[in-house]
Amino acid sequence: MSDWRRRSHPAWIAFLVHRLSGLALALFLPVHFWALGQAIQGEAALEGFLRWSDNPVLKVAETVLVILLAAHLAGGLRVLALEFLGWRAQQKTMVAASAGVAFAAGLLFLLNLGA
Amino acid sequence: MGEATAMLRVKVWRGNAEGGAMADYAVPARANQTVLDVVTHIQREVDPTLAYRFACRVGMCGSCAMVVNGRPRWTCRTHVSRVAQDGALELRPLSNLPVIRDLATDMAPFFDKWAKARGTFQPKDAPDGSVPDDFAVVPPATKQRQQADAGIECIGCGVCYSGCDIVAWNPDYLGPAALNRAWTLVNDVRDGARKDRLAAVAGDAGCHACHSTQSCTAHCPKGIDPSGAIAGLKRSLFWPGFKGGVR
Repeated sequence: MSDWRRRSHPAWIAFLVHRLSGLALALFLPVHFWALGQAIQGEAALEGFLRWSDNPVLKVAETVLVILLAAHLAGGLRVLALEFLGWRAQQKTMVAASAGVAFAAGLLFLLNLGA
Repeated sequence: MGEATAMLRVKVWRGNAEGGAMADYAVPARANQTVLDVVTHIQREVDPTLAYRFACRVGMCGSCAMVVNGRPRWTCRTHVSRVAQDGALELRPLSNLPVIRDLATDMAPFFDKWAKARGTFQPKDAPDGSVPDDFAVVPPATKQRQQADAGIECIGCGVCYSGCDIVAWNPDYLGPAALNRAWTLVNDVRDGARKDRLAAVAGDAGCHACHSTQSCTAHCPKGIDPSGAIAGLKRSLFWPGFKGGVR
């Protein structure tokens, strides 16, 4: 029976975020390589793409991407600490810290956009 | 009583292996009432055909676990006031186990997996099952003793097994309780079956299937951390893997 009420605890939500961010990053990776591949077509092609990527919608998408990446990294480190170091206590705090790292990374990225 | 007694609205899953549906009951609300009290009231006062299971009523035997408002719990130690939402309770049999009837599930697959995970203590000094000559001294301060102690109070209620998504996804998965039991024995210095046990819990249906969602730890009524125990098993198998296997 798939009852979501039994899953409403921080570690399960952290698992879900980890899985979904991993899937989203995997889907993004080909796009990332395609964008880098523009450099092979010459400087102008890459430059043109980078200009186009300056639009606000893409900046928002980029911020989301940065948050997903940071969430996946911080969440992954949490799982590694749990499994390899046996850090069993304070899981709620560790989940909260991982979320904090992810949003801090997103915020830093946003602050840097204006610079 | 002069004033009208407050009533609990209780939905109970009634059925058998073929299927079933929720049935509605009204049960008088009482102070310090447990969920098991509510089920017992229904069975004794309303409908004697209701099937459920309990024995000790004090959180020792592990037989009264059910899914209460979506979460697996030991019903004898769960106060209605803690879990009822606006005076409503929803009771179902444990998930991930075959239903016998109503709230009683068949626990055989659950305990079969304890056997599969080599959950039987095998004395090092007496492999043939005879009684060892002398008492083993296991100092309480040692790390292995503490690791074993952390998981030894399991009452086998099946709450972790019912709350585990991995069991739902892979019916062969040994599950949190059986793996927790294996971990206590891996840490038991008197035990002589470490190698076989670690081999039994490795692999796709063993500890490596766990995704560390930690639902078992979140739901365990005894405050045991099976998720941490499973992580311990993974570690015990991981490092020796570089040195040619578990010894």
